Amino acid sequence: MKIAFTSSGDNLRAPLNPHFGRAPKFLIYDLQNGDFEIIDNRQNLNAVQGAGIQSAETVSASKVGAVVTGHCGPKAFQALNLAGIKVFHTDSETIAEAIEKYKSGALVEATIEDSERH
Amino acid sequence: MILAVASGKGGTGKTTVSVNLAKIFGSSIQLLDCDVEEPNAHLFLPTQLELTEVVDTLVPEINTSACDLCGDCSYFCKFNAVAKLGAQIVVFPELCHSCGGCEKVCPKSAIHYINRRIGVIETFKSSKINLIQGRLDIGMSMAPPLIRTLKSKIDRKLPAILDAPPGNSCPVVTTIQDADFVLLVTEPTPFGLHDLRISVETLEALDLAFAVVINRMGIGDRRVHDFCKEKNIRVLSEIPNDRKIAETYSRGELMVDLLPEYKKIFIDLMERILEFQPNKKIQDG
Repeated sequence: MKIAFTSSGDNLRAPLNPHFGRAPKFLIYDLQNGDFEIIDNRQNLNAVQGAGIQSAETVSASKVGAVVTGHCGPKAFQALNLAGIKVFHTDSETIAEAIEKYKSGALVEATIEDSERH
Repeated sequence: MILAVASGKGGTGKTTVSVNLAKIFGSSIQLLDCDVEEPNAHLFLPTQLELTEVVDTLVPEINTSACDLCGDCSYFCKFNAVAKLGAQIVVFPELCHSCGGCEKVCPKSAIHYINRRIGVIETFKSSKINLIQGRLDIGMSMAPPLIRTLKSKIDRKLPAILDAPPGNSCPVVTTIQDADFVLLVTEPTPFGLHDLRISVETLEALDLAFAVVINRMGIGDRRVHDFCKEKNIRVLSEIPNDRKIAETYSRGELMVDLLPEYKKIFIDLMERILEFQPNKKIQDG
């Protein structure tokens, strides 16, 4: 399975970006073999509206099964839900840290109540 | 004549100026309350609600049996109102701007439009003032479609005053963009000046004729005056910061009715506005 991490950088040591909709990049990590790719999300920084939905479409197109991020708003959450993608929140500082927490089962799947409007 | 009354900063006195100007106008005039998120002009006029019209906007609906998930509609939509998520096309109607583009780009003709209620337009009966206001439904976040429908009610044979929303974003631009003249109501404070600068920039970009009214003279400082002088912007009127005005306002009454010294200020203001030709820049020098 692949997981999308919201990223501020280009590799596993990069900081995990706290935002989903306006994350500058996504790091798509393959749990099977540890490979990853970086997807640029910069066009969303200037999106008038619907940045969360656009980000959901982007990660959905990469065929991920889960998203790991700091926060994600209600429309983004709804969009990810419709795409069959699970959402996990964490305050991990780096992507590597977040991966370890995910693998150890320390991350709890988010529910609609967790998504704050922002 | 279409006169728009706008401001940058909220609470400077747009409605005060709009309603008092409408009141002292010699003959029949239309007053459109375009602040559809919180229309308040009606509070100051003894009126009867004459007509309520429900206003809809159009949003897309996908015919799933015709749709082949090509995603062209989603790719086209700049507002992210149509999204391809997993094995379905999802519409987020609250983000839709009703541009009609998704239907046009769909190769399978799988998109048609349905009505979505956004608010109402209310027409009030009064002696010389035809008050028409828009009221956005609670929970709706998009004002421009309702404002456009409201403005379509303008009777071009009569003069109209448009009480604009505060600020400088889409609802304001929609309200003022085809006005013959815009009055910017401000206050002589740093906050007033900060937002006035943005308004001036907006009006210059829209190439609209405008002038300034400074309300609550006596508070703050002279920086708004200095700014207007530096930019050659006419200050058509100054309204004092008088507690009696606030008391009159708080009772839902008009200063031109109750405070004779202020009636003259508004008569003079209207005369200065009418002196200028439409489409001519109102600037000193």
